Amino acid sequence: MSAPAAMPSEPARVRFRDPQIEMAHGAGGKASRRLVEGLFAPLLFGNSPGPLGDAAVVDINGTKIALTTDSFVVRPLTFPGGSIGELAVNGTVNDLAVSGAKAEALVVTYVLEAGLPTSVLEAEVRAMAQAARTAGVRIAGGDTKVVEHGKADQMYITTTGVGRLLRGVTIDPSAVRAGDKVLLSGPVGDHGITILLARGDLDFEADLRSDTRTVLPLVEALVHAAGPGVRWMRDPTRGGAATSLNELARDCGLGVVLFEERIPVRDTVRGACELLGLDPLHIANEGQFLAVVAPEYADAAINALALAPGGSEAQVIGEIREQPAGSVLITTLYGGSRIIDMLVGDPLPRIC
Amino acid sequence: MCLAIPGKIVEISSDNKDSALVDVVGVRRRIDLGLLQDDQPVPGDWVLIHVGFAMSKISEQDAADQMNTLRMLGEIDGAMQEVQGYGLEDAQRDPEIQ
Amino acid sequence: MRSEIRKSSEIHLRQARKTDARNAEIRMRFVDEFREPELISKTAEEIRRLAGKERHHRMMEVCGGHTHAIYRFGLKDILPDNIELIHGPGCPVCVLPMGRIDDGLSIAQDPDVIFAAFGDMMRVPGTQGSPLEHKARGMDVRIVYSPSDALKLARMNPGKHVMFFAIGFETTAPSTALTLMRAKAEGIRNFSVFCNHVTIIPAIRAILDSPDMRLDAFIGPGHVSTVIGCRPYEWIARNEGKPIVVSGFEPLDMLQSVVMLLHQLRKGEAKVENQYKRVVPWEGNRAALRAMAEVFELRPYFEWRGLGFISQSALRLRDNYAEWDAEQRFQVPGIRVTDPKAAQCGEVLKGVLKPHQCKLFGRECTPEHPIGALMVSSEGSCAAYFNYEHRKAALVNSLTSIA
Repeated sequence: MSAPAAMPSEPARVRFRDPQIEMAHGAGGKASRRLVEGLFAPLLFGNSPGPLGDAAVVDINGTKIALTTDSFVVRPLTFPGGSIGELAVNGTVNDLAVSGAKAEALVVTYVLEAGLPTSVLEAEVRAMAQAARTAGVRIAGGDTKVVEHGKADQMYITTTGVGRLLRGVTIDPSAVRAGDKVLLSGPVGDHGITILLARGDLDFEADLRSDTRTVLPLVEALVHAAGPGVRWMRDPTRGGAATSLNELARDCGLGVVLFEERIPVRDTVRGACELLGLDPLHIANEGQFLAVVAPEYADAAINALALAPGGSEAQVIGEIREQPAGSVLITTLYGGSRIIDMLVGDPLPRIC
Repeated sequence: MCLAIPGKIVEISSDNKDSALVDVVGVRRRIDLGLLQDDQPVPGDWVLIHVGFAMSKISEQDAADQMNTLRMLGEIDGAMQEVQGYGLEDAQRDPEIQ
Repeated sequence: MRSEIRKSSEIHLRQARKTDARNAEIRMRFVDEFREPELISKTAEEIRRLAGKERHHRMMEVCGGHTHAIYRFGLKDILPDNIELIHGPGCPVCVLPMGRIDDGLSIAQDPDVIFAAFGDMMRVPGTQGSPLEHKARGMDVRIVYSPSDALKLARMNPGKHVMFFAIGFETTAPSTALTLMRAKAEGIRNFSVFCNHVTIIPAIRAILDSPDMRLDAFIGPGHVSTVIGCRPYEWIARNEGKPIVVSGFEPLDMLQSVVMLLHQLRKGEAKVENQYKRVVPWEGNRAALRAMAEVFELRPYFEWRGLGFISQSALRLRDNYAEWDAEQRFQVPGIRVTDPKAAQCGEVLKGVLKPHQCKLFGRECTPEHPIGALMVSSEGSCAAYFNYEHRKAALVNSLTSIA
């Protein structure tokens, strides 16, 4: 999360009332928002009223650059389709991409647990180097700290990225209008279910991989074909597409209406979700993005994505309407509908 | 209490006839067949899975019958209305439907 | 609003037929067939025809899974206004008294004890916090998908004791029973069950005995019935004169059950019918009932949150399984925790009040900080109403037509 760049005036009031930090505060849902909006924003971001985005835009003597940071904490470190190193590179590149910026350079910090085998660290660093090459971004420097055994889950990685704003696109949730279309670049839930299965606690197996990748080429294709019509983009990570779309609904004050059968989801993800009582829209992705596009540009937009490498599963999944203002509604072909909210914390399997 | 999903038995463990590998659109898990010991399923059977146990075999016949019943919903009444349109007095009539 | 949604869906359907043949494909067998949109629309039309205009029909779905299905599939949007669905007490998390959660967590204060439970339990608050909050403070708390996974944890951690906090109606009890039988047969001693299994018939009786109750029919539990069969519901039809249809959980299952109930109501009949034939045997599952009888016996009485003490309504381990009974192996405080008087859970549970009619609803009591039983589980009536209905009530104006 980042704020519109503005110097903080006097510290605002802290509105965060939870007595201690829980796992839920890091899960990307309601509890996370409470922490960010109630504690970090008032103290760090001053009184800027703007919505929080994926990247901040900083003006340095007339040149605008995009700036973002993200930390990566995942267990297990490696999983089908990738590892923490790739997440660390792609995650930050993607945050910049959906803010309408091309990542130029990253810096990385490692917090390493004493006792971590060097071979494990080397594998991750190699993975990062490869991911950076693939994404066309330079890793310019970094820092390392080592903590005692037991104080970090093998390793935590933070990446901070700077980027050039892409021409021809301005990301602004307040520009979203009723009638705009909601696009999704590919299937939901691959990453989160892969991680859930890789942990082994639930004893399920499936032929599934994390979708971690850089979405910059797809974003560039979208901007090239439909730039003036692109209002908003976000990459749904923790909390899933439902969380990102709820944030959009809140920020633009309009309703997001989705068509259930148009939402792309792989069979295995769907099967795992049915078995565990989860909703794919609440499950994390690491290689997809949502975009809101003006209706007159929607066809050009979806065609550009569908033709771009890796974009063949892109779909128009819904549209913006006046109602239900501030909420997300899913409708079905037979006329049923339900509100989908962001979760409080991580999605939990259920038996009831 | 209620979340139970249909899955297909892929393989039954050779050293434990109560342990089976089940597949749900590509997701696989070992489940316990102990509650179906009176009616042992075989690979290829579909079972209802709840908390890692098979609760019941799924009857493909009953499922097909149900779909047929649903598809015919309203059609009997539609046919009735047509028949009544012909003015045939002895056509069976359910007074409630009109 | 409903007619607008229907009109939108017709345009929607036409567009989808043109662009995407995938909709017709059945990917998940025995699931997708029962979600076919055109058949659902057709069945909903039949319901509108059968329901007529004059009579108001009040139908209770007993089971929490059916409550969840109603909201998940948006079934209220396609049912006519004169069919009212009342949510019943079949949510095993909702009816669990807070004191029992405290008791289970107190056993797990011992650092050598692992607290294992289904995901549903993890955010349910005890007086000192939920299992997840206890985990944040250092307790060893694990989520399991199956009681057999909890037993596996015991095998893998011989130096620790695994206590499985068991919840659920008769759907789940046989699996707990079989797991205990396996633990005993294998001589696994570092494993115990804290048993909160409850039975569904006494809950239905409590609803029907309530003087304020006004119900016309029941949508009967689906998966509980795979174990107990359909016979246990016969007294509802015979003695109370209410039709009951044992129902599946897909949209077509529930809609077909409503059709069957309407047919009975129109003819003035009251009998037990089985809509969920593909899975529910009329006589139930004898092997499952045998396992339950081997391991469990009925408690003389048990407290149900929101409903009070009900006799012969819950299970405990038999004496020959005492070694695997957490309540006998450990000291349990057994403190009773009463809900605040202002919480009107009992009346909502019985269908006398709608969730939003409780004074605490949406104010002191929300899914994020639940006060009463029905807000703690996502399928509890109040939580479901809060998450789904509440905001749709604001959708008064017509949905604009699809561009």
